[in-house]
Amino acid sequence: MAAISVEHLSKQYPTGTLALSDINLTIADGEFVAIVGPSGCGKSTLLRIMAGLDTATDGQIAFTDAGADAPSGLPSAVVFQEQSLFPWMRVDANVAFAFDSLGLPKDVVARRVAEQLDIVGLTKFARAYPHELSGGMKQRVAVARAFAVDPPVLFMDEPFGALDEQTRVGLAGELMRLWERTRKTVVFITHGIEEAITLADRVVVLSTPPGSLKAIVRIDLPRPRDPVAIRGDARFGAYVVQIWELLR
Amino acid sequence: MTRGERAVAIAAPISIVVAWQVAVSTRLLNPGLFPPPSAIAASFWAYATSGELATNTVWTLSRLVVGTLVGGIPGTLAGLAMGMNRWVRAYGTPVIALLYPIPKIAILPLLYFIFGTGEWAKYAAVAIGVFFLMAINTEAGVRQIDPIYVDVARAYRIRPTSFYFRVLLPGALPNIYAGMKLSIGIAIVLAVAAEFQLTRVGLGFAIFNAQQLLDVDRLYAALVAVSLLGFGLTYALDLTERFAIPWRRRR
Repeated sequence: MAAISVEHLSKQYPTGTLALSDINLTIADGEFVAIVGPSGCGKSTLLRIMAGLDTATDGQIAFTDAGADAPSGLPSAVVFQEQSLFPWMRVDANVAFAFDSLGLPKDVVARRVAEQLDIVGLTKFARAYPHELSGGMKQRVAVARAFAVDPPVLFMDEPFGALDEQTRVGLAGELMRLWERTRKTVVFITHGIEEAITLADRVVVLSTPPGSLKAIVRIDLPRPRDPVAIRGDARFGAYVVQIWELLR
Repeated sequence: MTRGERAVAIAAPISIVVAWQVAVSTRLLNPGLFPPPSAIAASFWAYATSGELATNTVWTLSRLVVGTLVGGIPGTLAGLAMGMNRWVRAYGTPVIALLYPIPKIAILPLLYFIFGTGEWAKYAAVAIGVFFLMAINTEAGVRQIDPIYVDVARAYRIRPTSFYFRVLLPGALPNIYAGMKLSIGIAIVLAVAAEFQLTRVGLGFAIFNAQQLLDVDRLYAALVAVSLLGFGLTYALDLTERFAIPWRRRR
């Protein structure tokens, strides 16, 4: 059963530039899909359209009603690249703000916020302001905010793109553990090919310009995956070469 | 502020007063128009001990506070609305651009016609000046909010009221504070000017009355009171800013 199906999707900016051209993509329920491509290929635009933050010029996106069994939830949540926490809210308030439209009792929200902060290891920083956190911690809060509302679909727009390599790999590991436990449908935009292979069931390669779908690479690596150990797998290296060749 | 900078900041007004005193005693300045600071201080002391200073200050302060609230709250709300809605902005921008340049002092006579001789004419004068500054600064504040925050609000389907008061308002708060600081200046100008007529109380009246009596020392004493009032209000506002914008404290 497909959770998201994208059909003949195109996006043309008012200036006339074609950003995306005839994208067709089917994402299964509970699947982790990474989208890679050169900068300017429209991968962020594609995600924004899927998340309802931007509109397509042509084509359509259909969601199967995965939210039917969770009637009081958000259909999806988004983790943005950086600085998406509200600087004027403390960490716990930032996470709780995601529940704004759901009308849940205060104590339920507080419990879920506390649980999620505990999972990402930031309980001690619940009352801190974002400017008191490191870049990696801020992104963990952003991830906690998305998981806290427990949406069936998660959109992640280069969430670790602004972080240093070490933090990045660490957070990829944390995300893997969270995802393997919850099995949400994830669409993950990245410019890191190794990051995409580490995380995803399938890697979608976009070409430029304008962004069109070049290839989809299925990543047959065992789970649970460890972002460091997986690099020792011979197939990992082969996927890296394969995707690099596609991007050339 | 380092210790050295603080010392310079404290020494600055003192040095000017001393220079003034020297300039008057050496007849570089005409003491009839520029009385020595010692004479101004003596007049200020007499003004204070008579109780007039406190009475006048309280009256002026009440006109400042009421006028600022009456103009500032609608001004801030108008600025929020203009900042977030392009139709409100399209409507409001030319209206403000046409009305803002009118010297507020020039409409004082009209305000006396409209509101009569009571307090509301003074409140209205202050309110009009503050309204425009708050509307203009709040609008600028909303428009400089990083679009990522609007994206987050949309992604999580934040309700309109929450969006208004928990995203736009705090996001614009640094600019709103800038508007409030400018407002203190214009509010004092307008309150004092409004007190030149049709009242027997207030620091503006004290200045006007000193002019009528040719009491230059008292005129300066009243000016010192206005200066201290403005300084005190600005200082108090700076203190509240630290509590209102705690996330900016570190910058």
